[in-house]
Amino acid sequence: MKRFLSQLTFWKVVAGVILLGGAYSTIVRAFNGLGASTNLSDQFPWGLWIGFDILCGVGLAAGGFTLAAIVYIFNIKRFEPIIRPTILTAFLGYTLVIFALMFDLGRPFQIWHAIIMWNPRSVMFEVAWCVMLYTSVLALEFSPVVLEKFHMHRTKALVKKITIPLIILGVLLSTLHQSSLGSLYLIVPDKLNALWYSPYLPVFFYVSAIAAGCGMIIFESFLSSRAFNRGLELDLLTEIARVGVVMLGVYTVMTVVDLADRKALPMLFQARTETYFYWLEKLVGVIAPFVLLAQRKIRENETGLFWSASLIIIGFVLNRLNISISGMEGWAGQSYFPSWMEIMVTLSIVVVGFIVFALAAKYLPLFEHEKHQPRHAPEMAWMEDLRSVSQPN
Amino acid sequence: MTNPKAMLVDITMCVGCNACQEACKTTNNLTQGEEKTLSPTAYTALQEYDGVFVRRMCQHCVDPTCVSVCPVGAFTKTPEGPVLYEEDKCIGCRYCMQACPFQVPRYEWSSNYPRVQKCVFCHGRVSKGEQPACAEACPTGATKFGDRDELIREALERIKADPSKYVNRIYGQQEVGGTSILYITSVPFEKLGFKTDIHMAALPDLTWNALSKVPGVVTVGGSLLYGIWWITNRRAEVKELERKERAQSGANGNGNH
Repeated sequence: MKRFLSQLTFWKVVAGVILLGGAYSTIVRAFNGLGASTNLSDQFPWGLWIGFDILCGVGLAAGGFTLAAIVYIFNIKRFEPIIRPTILTAFLGYTLVIFALMFDLGRPFQIWHAIIMWNPRSVMFEVAWCVMLYTSVLALEFSPVVLEKFHMHRTKALVKKITIPLIILGVLLSTLHQSSLGSLYLIVPDKLNALWYSPYLPVFFYVSAIAAGCGMIIFESFLSSRAFNRGLELDLLTEIARVGVVMLGVYTVMTVVDLADRKALPMLFQARTETYFYWLEKLVGVIAPFVLLAQRKIRENETGLFWSASLIIIGFVLNRLNISISGMEGWAGQSYFPSWMEIMVTLSIVVVGFIVFALAAKYLPLFEHEKHQPRHAPEMAWMEDLRSVSQPN
Repeated sequence: MTNPKAMLVDITMCVGCNACQEACKTTNNLTQGEEKTLSPTAYTALQEYDGVFVRRMCQHCVDPTCVSVCPVGAFTKTPEGPVLYEEDKCIGCRYCMQACPFQVPRYEWSSNYPRVQKCVFCHGRVSKGEQPACAEACPTGATKFGDRDELIREALERIKADPSKYVNRIYGQQEVGGTSILYITSVPFEKLGFKTDIHMAALPDLTWNALSKVPGVVTVGGSLLYGIWWITNRRAEVKELERKERAQSGANGNGNH
């Protein structure tokens, strides 16, 4: 009990320090501009905020549409117990991406321009619209949870009626912009190192996002089972891991065939910084989790599953950072490392994500199995929460 | 319709006097003072490579990457040739800077309401039939303004007239699908900071290949998803119905006995 409390305080202190640093950085960014707060330059105009907050933020939220398709389109209803937290993760992810964008955009309060000033030739324009629409779709997909909490059953029934069109729209929009984040880099054939630059970047982004989405579903289920003392749907997560393994396998085959196709295989053995980063990404984040999760024993083991899922996520983040940063440094002739303020803002956004998720888990009917438990009055939920906080075990 | 304009920069004729930058700064109301690299206050700059001077500036591509990537259409390519930027539209995503194959656009990093800055090909003067300030100021004729077709013809003639002197390449004729600023030189381009292994077709086609598939993905994907849902849903319905029927017939059977 004592140890539990001290641990809790430690993480609270860490979160507090990060948020304080983030708040200071926000003020500097808001009043003194990008130059004062970031290490960005004319040679390196996109840094950590695009590479991590946007590319990884959107990608890691891919669990949302993957699981939505499994449950609603493929009608595999036994996955329903984990759909709500997954949709929430996706919704939070997208909201935070938009929030992060407000830091990175030079003129954040003009963000709405994309709604009325169109340029259909621009990938960024397509991404902007898809993210805008998909965030709205996610809000609607998640709304039943909130409506249930406030006993607005008639509105909830209304939303339920449009579930299938919503899910289909969500899957389509996700498919489009997950791949389009890769298309963003199609325009830099000379700048992006040939280990990563491929005409199939959109396909790679899409497939790797689904794999990372599976990793996130597992990762986040573990964290919430630990944080809220609830059971773990190990059998379901094992099956999600199988989807992940298939995606990693498909991804590996596609990237190798693509390298061979572009006659870039020799690049894998050149002594260059990019080569090391490439191998790190593929070994740690693709091959290792693939080999681990391909084994049933590890897939059905809690620890094995958790660490393999973490590796998928690490590999995904490495891939996006390699494409947005490491792979671009050679051509730019300049190296880039984020300033401490950039890092603080990014960490703060992650912390905010954790906090909002924890609050939602506490106050909203997020975990399906709770729904079947008899509930007397809304006040009871508060009391139950209080009891569970005061008696963690 | 006017012929597309261009400028021919003959690197062999440049003496590095910096008159182009001075004239540019005066015409465009930029902060005075010599600058050695492009900046928000230097739309053009002379870079020295062992006594050889190269003018850096926006290349005003025929099919400009910046025009295609800007999500809000802040960049336009005018029929005369200049590529223009409207700061009122800009949201500051800096995709233009990320995508420009010549690393030209400069950002006002220290500003709280920053603009992208680059050469405007003296659009106001060019549309009135005048030549850009830099071409007018150039004392040696190293920068020459004219119709793009004619300048390419002239560049070819200069190379042909003295093949031992000139490198047999007009930089900007084919690079990224062609640009409005053309360079010829006696020193190999790669030694003067030019990217010589650059893409030879217009870059916007690369992203258009992907973007043009969007309507297909939406219609085919949408029908496919709906079809799959219809089948799986129907299957579940039938199963449920069969279960009910079995339960009912079981109940009836019991009643008969």
